[in-house]
Amino acid sequence: MTLDFDVIQRSLPYLWKGFQYTVQLTGTAALGGLFFGTLLALARLSAVKFLAYVAAGYVNLMRSIPLILVIFWFFFLVPLVVQGISGAERPPQMGAERTAIITFIMFEAAYFCEIMRAGIQSIPKGQVYAAYALGLTYAQSMRLVILPQAFRNMIPVLLTQLIILFQDTSLVYVISATDFVGAAAKVAQRDGRLVEMYLFVALVYSVICFTVSQMVKRLQSRIAIVH
Amino acid sequence: MPEPMIVAKHVSKWYGKFQVLNDCSTEIHKGEVVVVCGPSGSGKSTLIKCVNGLEPFQQGEISVDGISVGAPTTKLSKLRSRVGMVFQHFELFPHMTIIDNLCLAQTKVRGRTREEAEERGQKLLKRVGLTEQAHKYPGQLSGGQQQRVAIARALAMDPICMLFDEPTSALDPEMINEVLDVMVELAKEGMTMMVVTHEMGFAKKVAHRVVFMDEGRIVEDAGKEEFFGTPRSERAREFLSKILHD
Repeated sequence: MTLDFDVIQRSLPYLWKGFQYTVQLTGTAALGGLFFGTLLALARLSAVKFLAYVAAGYVNLMRSIPLILVIFWFFFLVPLVVQGISGAERPPQMGAERTAIITFIMFEAAYFCEIMRAGIQSIPKGQVYAAYALGLTYAQSMRLVILPQAFRNMIPVLLTQLIILFQDTSLVYVISATDFVGAAAKVAQRDGRLVEMYLFVALVYSVICFTVSQMVKRLQSRIAIVH
Repeated sequence: MPEPMIVAKHVSKWYGKFQVLNDCSTEIHKGEVVVVCGPSGSGKSTLIKCVNGLEPFQQGEISVDGISVGAPTTKLSKLRSRVGMVFQHFELFPHMTIIDNLCLAQTKVRGRTREEAEERGQKLLKRVGLTEQAHKYPGQLSGGQQQRVAIARALAMDPICMLFDEPTSALDPEMINEVLDVMVELAKEGMTMMVVTHEMGFAKKVAHRVVFMDEGRIVEDAGKEEFFGTPRSERAREFLSKILHD
């Protein structure tokens, strides 16, 4: 068997588009997940029991089903549900990209929730007292005092989760969205160059993930808050 | 006689089945300095946290400047913004510089501009002798310095009274006096103060009254001379003999 790495060169613009989509999806899912995850964390820690239970239920559900199932579910079942509710003649199509964004945000929110919850709980109760004692409201105390510290404490874990997310986005391949892996797979099939393409994809992923995780390590020692 | 600044009437509080406060009543008038002391676990820190609603209580009534703390209609954040509080562990915000710590509530709660807040902040830092430290972070300061900043931070809100919850208990011995000096000065200026502390030297110097607590009850509530001269209760006598060396 002869290897022809020229195929990479030839399909580079297409692969680049797929790669951009991967990065875009990772970024959107991370930001969305972090935003909703933080809200979920606040709900889980809320004194309002009902909120806490609902949030906990959601998080536990999301964490106990495989991501790929969530993606399938959204892609194939939600249109049917929507059809059932709206009474439309045909199930409305979700579209691969929209499905991907929604599912990843929903799924990541559950994980980011647990990270942020740990982060919030790592802040001494006295900080909340001090914020309240100055007349800050609950929302202000969270936004200005507690969450900034929680984020800072959690940056290494958040970045690690980001690396996992970056790798997980390759699962959108199953609903035929053309991410980096999807693009490579399509080229590989077309040109019969499976070995070269999958080697290349693996190399790119590992270089990026390794670099980021090294950065996390260095960050970890630098950002620790001096108490 | 005008309405007292702080009134506690028959306050009781439970953690589950355990009663931490048992029928506590006292009053603090404007300009008065009241020291609250007692053995650890006697409920004194809990009581002071009830005064600005940081801890809820199940029975009784507390009012500050005529406003009921326990009433559901009371906007606690508004009330708290007028009541300064200093904590055992300083609780400066570690992710902000000293001057930002002083400006935060002034701008976000009081609605002052950043310039006004900084001016007021610098003035208070000067007063506690920490002008040089304005742009450092809390972690770079000693405990005594941090506590003085915390006092300045509370004063920046122009409080009508000040609550101190064991302000010197977490300090190294050589730093206690620098904090007490600031508090003595404050007391002499006529600030209404409720101070939970074991510093009997401070109590003797500036307190008007001493409240002694034990097992969630106010056992003794007496003028300073009376308390240090002839405490009526056996528990207070015993406590004093343990912590006074003279």
